[in-house]
Amino acid sequence: MGKLFSAKNKEVFSTPLNMNNPVTVQVLGICSALAVTSKLEPAIVMGLSVTIITAFSNVVISLLRKTIPNRIRIIVQLVVVAALVTIVSELLKAFAYDVSVQLSVYVGLIITNCILMGRLEAFAMANGPWESCLDGIGNGLGYAKILIIVAFFRELLGSGTLLGFNILNYQWLKDAGYVNNGMMLMPPMALIIVACLIWYQRAKHKELQEK
Amino acid sequence: MKALRNYLDKIKPNFEEGGKYHALRSVFDGFETFLFVPNTTSKTGTHIHDAIDSKRIMSLVVIALIPALLFGMYNVGYQHYTHAGIEGSFIEMFGYGFLAVLPKIIVSYVVGLGIEFVVAQWKKEEIQEGFLVSGMLIPMIVPVDCPLWMLAVATAFSVIFAKEVFGGTGMNIFNPALITRAFLFFAYPTKMSGDTVWVASNSIFGLGKDIDALTAATPLGQAATETPISASLSDMIFGFIPGSIGETSVIAIAIGAVILLWTGVASWKTMISVFVGGALMAWIFNVAGPDTAMANMPWYMHLCAGGFCFGAVFMATDPVTSSRTENGKFIYGLLIGMMAIIIRVLNPGYPEGMMLAILLMNIFAPLIDYVIVENNISRRAKRAMSNK
Repeated sequence: MGKLFSAKNKEVFSTPLNMNNPVTVQVLGICSALAVTSKLEPAIVMGLSVTIITAFSNVVISLLRKTIPNRIRIIVQLVVVAALVTIVSELLKAFAYDVSVQLSVYVGLIITNCILMGRLEAFAMANGPWESCLDGIGNGLGYAKILIIVAFFRELLGSGTLLGFNILNYQWLKDAGYVNNGMMLMPPMALIIVACLIWYQRAKHKELQEK
Repeated sequence: MKALRNYLDKIKPNFEEGGKYHALRSVFDGFETFLFVPNTTSKTGTHIHDAIDSKRIMSLVVIALIPALLFGMYNVGYQHYTHAGIEGSFIEMFGYGFLAVLPKIIVSYVVGLGIEFVVAQWKKEEIQEGFLVSGMLIPMIVPVDCPLWMLAVATAFSVIFAKEVFGGTGMNIFNPALITRAFLFFAYPTKMSGDTVWVASNSIFGLGKDIDALTAATPLGQAATETPISASLSDMIFGFIPGSIGETSVIAIAIGAVILLWTGVASWKTMISVFVGGALMAWIFNVAGPDTAMANMPWYMHLCAGGFCFGAVFMATDPVTSSRTENGKFIYGLLIGMMAIIIRVLNPGYPEGMMLAILLMNIFAPLIDYVIVENNISRRAKRAMSNK
């Protein structure tokens, strides 16, 4: 048990959440971060889907890593990811149809998510299944964390709701002159919020700043 | 003048290292250099200094804006009194407009300069002067009914994200005043377009009267919805039409243009080519465009309507965001004029295209410059080769 949660494994799990976050530090997976974050609910589902797929594909590739011929490794990785994405997509259609409609093509596009391919290439091909599983979950949650923060601000300021519950749409607020910010619902604002998160993180941790 | 200089010299030690108000040194420095040209010279290398520095140029632009601003104030009052159906003297109308516009100017300056002062203090730099002009432009390009808190949010957004993140004055890619307007336009479309925002509808300090749901469309708004334009051409030239505060009067803007051109602050090449581009494109749509009211509008109406003149004179000529090569200015201006009319005619969502056209061309200005410079280099290289 001690070996499973050794200091190194803890680090594998925790650095992607913050100091090596795939979105704010490596700047990967930006495309879907723009597309699915106008509401909180699809962002959470998307974050969880990516976490599950990254974790499982990391484990599968890590188990196969010694048998995969080096030249065709990308295509093998893609087959594994595509199979997992199809399963997740079908599950969403079966049990959370509304959300899967909102996410539309972006569930399918997880196949091309840079974070996934990056983790498979950089980590799962060189490490054992348990470390790879932790790494996958860590990176998935790091991605989900940013998505949820961005979606929180976009839904709150853009629609005045959170998870569909009314937060700011009251008559007295309207009478006082408050109007929801329509720009928050457009993709550019997601980019600007991600930029603010990057700004905040680099201002706080000097070692992340480029020279 | 002498007394002011002496006073500044007397209080200066308070703001220097170890002084009482050291924390406010950048504020003091900003005011001192605004009032007097600093008498420091560069320490290294040989430099040639222009007689006027950038703070003086900015002041000239603000002076050029004053005719349009004063007329805008009068027009705000005039539109309110006409649409409310009440009589008012010139003084009452002007007073009404003055009181309606003044809070916007104050909000824009307080928010914008506040952020600039904080950033300057934080980065230990001297205060940049760029916001002197932006702060005056912002209230002039919004409708009179735009709420003050929205103006404050948009100003803060544009100063931070269009200016400070790029490195402050002189480094910005986009015109900050137009980013403010674009932010308002996309974030709060109900308060920036349509037909209820162009005329003030409440009484201020007993002037005017409260009316609900006062509707008046701008000429471009009418053209976009295929309703006949109610304003005559002379009204559009004098400026007695609903519209953003400073943009309505062609004559007041022309006075500003003369000041800018006479003092050499703005480039006549950019200005002229914007008008030529607009007229050309409007004429093309007249001849071969779709059969809509906007496409059939004669070219001179297009140039007088909306923010075309204001954008051409005060926005497109911004030395920071426009092309810097002399030939590039022609291309840059021409494309702004053409894009503005294309957006007006072909995009039903945006009756006014000037803002988006200038912002779009701001992106391309460095590319235009690059092509012109490279072209020049290769032309001269060829000439050198053939002379051998």
